[in-house]
Amino acid sequence: MNGSRADIFGRLRRANAGAEERRDPAEIDARLAAAKANLVPARGQLAPAARVDLFVAMAEEAAATVARIDAPEAIPGEVIRYLRDQNLPMRIVMAPDPALRAAGLDKEKLLTVREGPSDGTDETSVTGAFAGVAETGTLMLHSGPAGPTTLNFLPDDHIAVLRASQVVASYEEGWARLRATGGAMPRTVNFITGPSRSADIEQTLQMGAHGPRRLHIILIEDL
Amino acid sequence: MEITSPTFKANAREALDDTTLQKALGFVKVGFVDRRAKAAARLPEFEALRDQAKAIKDHTLANLDLYLERFEEKVTAAGGTVHWCRDGAEARTTILDICRRLEARTVTKGKSMIAEEIALNDFLEEQGIEPVETDLGEYIIQLRHEPPSHIIAPAVHLVKEQVSDAFRAAHTHLPADRNLDEAPTLLAEARTILRRKFLAADVGITGANFLIAETGSTVIVTNEGNGDLTQTLPRAHIVLASLEKVVPTLEDASTILRVLARSATGQEFSVYTTFSTGPRRAEDLDGPEEFHVVLLDNGRSAMLGTEFQDMLRCIRCGACLNHCPVYGAVGGHAYGWVYPGPMGAVLTPSLVGIDKTGHLPNASSFCGRCEAVCPMRIPLPKMMRHWREREFERHMTPAAARTALGFWAWVAARPRLYGVMANLGARALRIWARGRGALVRVPLAGGWTAERDLPVPEGQSFQAQWTRRGGAR
Repeated sequence: MNGSRADIFGRLRRANAGAEERRDPAEIDARLAAAKANLVPARGQLAPAARVDLFVAMAEEAAATVARIDAPEAIPGEVIRYLRDQNLPMRIVMAPDPALRAAGLDKEKLLTVREGPSDGTDETSVTGAFAGVAETGTLMLHSGPAGPTTLNFLPDDHIAVLRASQVVASYEEGWARLRATGGAMPRTVNFITGPSRSADIEQTLQMGAHGPRRLHIILIEDL
Repeated sequence: MEITSPTFKANAREALDDTTLQKALGFVKVGFVDRRAKAAARLPEFEALRDQAKAIKDHTLANLDLYLERFEEKVTAAGGTVHWCRDGAEARTTILDICRRLEARTVTKGKSMIAEEIALNDFLEEQGIEPVETDLGEYIIQLRHEPPSHIIAPAVHLVKEQVSDAFRAAHTHLPADRNLDEAPTLLAEARTILRRKFLAADVGITGANFLIAETGSTVIVTNEGNGDLTQTLPRAHIVLASLEKVVPTLEDASTILRVLARSATGQEFSVYTTFSTGPRRAEDLDGPEEFHVVLLDNGRSAMLGTEFQDMLRCIRCGACLNHCPVYGAVGGHAYGWVYPGPMGAVLTPSLVGIDKTGHLPNASSFCGRCEAVCPMRIPLPKMMRHWREREFERHMTPAAARTALGFWAWVAARPRLYGVMANLGARALRIWARGRGALVRVPLAGGWTAERDLPVPEGQSFQAQWTRRGGAR
């Protein structure tokens, strides 16, 4: 619909011709390239130790559960404890994430581990996370060979593993870290704050709408 | 969708007499308002963030063509396609062409007000494609064949017994005598049924809360996760959005996101905020193979550069609905089209014409709560006044009101006469009232007092008090 495109742009340009805030294309490009942060609340500017505590408090407020462990070696034990406490089968689908592989989940005799995306039949997923955002207790995950998006949404229980050094204070800091990886914008960036819910029936909050019923965060204290 | 705004007064009267609706609306008044107030109070920078959010949108709107060009470039570079559509018909055809090419039989949908605006579901059904709404509220109203009554809580006009009835009527493969008394059971049933639909869908259609010019990303915000399953599982993801959704950068979106959830549901942040950029990459293990952005004008460009431009800042949080005494009394359906409440009273006339929607900008007590809570600081009462002025100019205001306003204007231009008449009027009302505090009927104002009581004037008139204080405090 090329005619439509030209028509729409014609109308927009005419309507904006005399606008007070009209800028040169070069200025627009410069603004985009700078990607400057706007006002970041004080809560989003905490020092590392304080921001980890805030992250945990906010995530729990959003109905996620958090287990703080000392080292990656404790990951398998924590996963098994969680599955047992929730009365879940000892079976997980795991993101093909090198850091998770290094934790040795597949060496646990109790545990059946499958790697890959989910087809909707998995009870529990274990994924990494790109960052945790302290100001609202939000996980930041992105798609890629080490992070299939379906793992974040299809299983009833989602376990995400995060290092304390990955906790940033604000969304802006999360974007800055993502840009610093140097790659293109991933297909999907998910900000996840607690498990799925709906209040569409009589404005009463119900957990577990379409996404995971429970979100468990394993936080490795590496600071 | 058929517009019933011309019968707003009758719609409203019916709504007031509907006891089930009134019970359902009770849930709005207690929940949203308190939660928003608490969330705003908890973030000291909330008011400053509102200012910045407004400034970001004002800047973007003044340079809308430039930002949209850059957005399109980035979408294309990421392997997606932007489709430009002047109106609903073009958008519907574009979406149908994609579905046909992919031989789609079912389409899952995330909640999209734009899809409601262009009546996409009815159209797809006519073409033999099954659209499945996946947001719980949208799913319920789709089963009931009715439009949403709220922009973020589509089924807010219903009580759970009505939801049970809809599920029993639609899910006939389940035992008829199953217990559907409580909300968790209803949610569980919807989850099971929709899970199969998610996995079987050929195309997923979502709306967009934002478009990011910097990266060519589209953004959706949900609590259920339905939008993510809608866009991740099928072969193609179609984003349906209107032009004004674009913002410059990820940082700008983050600023506005800080006021969105707090204003909407009073949450610190919604559960899922998802940024989507192009189709799945060669090395990705899941995600859609195609990514289409259908960009719709449908009246937005005509608002740009007019006194209604500020409305294009709207981020559809629903705060103005939740805080509006008129919306709270009559609900969303009375407004007669897709957008209800104060934002609808301004936007609907812009999109479908004031000739059909003249009642809407008049359905306001001008209490100003909508503007007070709008995260984007949209001057809603002022814009309703603009519409009333246009109605007056076009002689759409009823003759009796015009005559009365003309008479009032004539008197108001003569301060001495105005003072005398105000005093006489007040005295006459006091005599008529015979000690009662309010009048149920007033001669010559039967139409006005039919809906409300007139408080009897007490003490001196404003003018008299002003003079006594020497024209100042």
